[in-house]
Amino acid sequence: MSNGLKPAEAEQPHRGKASTLTRFALIGVALAAVVGTFAYFGGWFTPNDLTPARFTDAFEHVDGAHSGVRRNHAKGVGVSGFFESNGNGVRLSKALVFQAGRVSVIGRFSLSGGQPYVADMPDTVRGLALQFSLPDGELWRTAMINLPVVPVSTPEAFYEQLIASKPDPSTGKPDPAKMKAFLARHPETVQALRVIKSQAVSSGFDNSTFHSLNAFRFINSAGDFIPVRWLMTPMQPFEAASTASAPQDKNYLFDALIAQIHRQPLRWHLMVIIGQPGDPTNDATIAWPEGREKVDVGTLTLDRVESDETSAATDINFDPLVLPAGIAPSDDPLLSARSAVYSQSFTRRAGETKQPSAITPADVRKGE
Amino acid sequence: MSSKSRQFTALSRLLHWTMAAMVLTMLCIGVTMVVSLANYHVLVSIHRPLGIAILILVVVRFVNRLWNPPPPFPATMSRAEGLAATASELTMYGLMFALPLVGWGMLSAAHYPIVVYGSLQLPFILPHNVMLYAALRKAHTFLAYFFFLMFIAHFGAILFHTLIVRDGILKRMAPWNIRQ
Repeated sequence: MSNGLKPAEAEQPHRGKASTLTRFALIGVALAAVVGTFAYFGGWFTPNDLTPARFTDAFEHVDGAHSGVRRNHAKGVGVSGFFESNGNGVRLSKALVFQAGRVSVIGRFSLSGGQPYVADMPDTVRGLALQFSLPDGELWRTAMINLPVVPVSTPEAFYEQLIASKPDPSTGKPDPAKMKAFLARHPETVQALRVIKSQAVSSGFDNSTFHSLNAFRFINSAGDFIPVRWLMTPMQPFEAASTASAPQDKNYLFDALIAQIHRQPLRWHLMVIIGQPGDPTNDATIAWPEGREKVDVGTLTLDRVESDETSAATDINFDPLVLPAGIAPSDDPLLSARSAVYSQSFTRRAGETKQPSAITPADVRKGE
Repeated sequence: MSSKSRQFTALSRLLHWTMAAMVLTMLCIGVTMVVSLANYHVLVSIHRPLGIAILILVVVRFVNRLWNPPPPFPATMSRAEGLAATASELTMYGLMFALPLVGWGMLSAAHYPIVVYGSLQLPFILPHNVMLYAALRKAHTFLAYFFFLMFIAHFGAILFHTLIVRDGILKRMAPWNIRQ
């Protein structure tokens, strides 16, 4: 063709009506295919799939949607301090945080559940979330709890357990039949709960051990991938939680933490557990065997406490997959799901009106 | 390129098709990752650097467009149609610029590190402010859906010209050289 842009009409004067209709139909099919593909990727044809939004809805379903606060670990206080690395972690990971020296840390102690004004109870799961600020501007965030293992191994099981744990409005407690049915379907949860219950609960945040729970991979400068878990072991002496009747002070755990930090900085050892071939990295319900090498890579010192209303930690999403070079996710399916759901929860609360925290700035100043 | 050429320059065409693939991939990843648990992290880890690449390339492309103006529209198009086509092209240029920039801004406002590769990351361009994050996050979604609609209109218009008007408009942007 000499002129690619000449209208085709002149060349094909006999093109019929039917042919034109077919061509219009073709355009329609092509456009519908594009829209359909896009809708397919967006999950429009699979509305029953578990998504970050449905997961976050489940937290709101169980504990209510409280404006401006985290959908889980709603009650908490901000803390800050520093991590002093002793250099022992350098052979395990090239992450700058492990080179001997000090990096600043900001974090948050919390209680699990989505109720921001819930009363402190000894056996409520305690959380410690941390952000390490590395010298080159990289960030490392880790969200840990005081359980040695996670009761579930998949996001789907977590969701099921969450729904089963919704308190019955008449009794204020979860329906035992629903929990029983859940446990019958999940023997791994029964096993994990046995491990969890075998460990004595400590008296406070200060003497709790906090676990990474999920496995990660460390990458050292030689390029070796090393399966790891980590934990923060307290330098404050263990004392068992009181088994007496429910504490009178609604905030007794946080009040004690505030008083302790005002008295002296609280410290933990960061212990890295080295996995051996065969240790499961994709199942957080299973603890690795006793006797795995544990490397003490440094000391965390927390010397400042703040109300959620003033702490910079309030505006941080402690996404466990915010990792520096030298630390990478494992194949644990909970990790990507945590990242996705934390992000959804963060996005929702970010745009909402903030409300006063259970632990106010005045509470934090007590005993200063 | 001769002044009478009816085809975009080879560089313009390369940029067009490369970015078309990148943008479509980006839109699909975006709409997939927000509903995904298992693949969320992997998809986000592609989404961010790919967005940065688009932001860089669109600047190159805009400069290239000023340097090498597009060939004329086919004679089958009225002046109004030509203006509408040019407006839609410039809108898509604007979206290719605004979407990654809003993404960068919203991650900055939330203090999410934007890792390019390894320990290399982008600086924060906005202060840590979650309300600002929430607004930009909404804008990001809105602009992405708007971009998808623009793409549908663009694709539909090309199909209409190619199959119904049959004015060979696609040859302007054909990846191969058309003899004039």
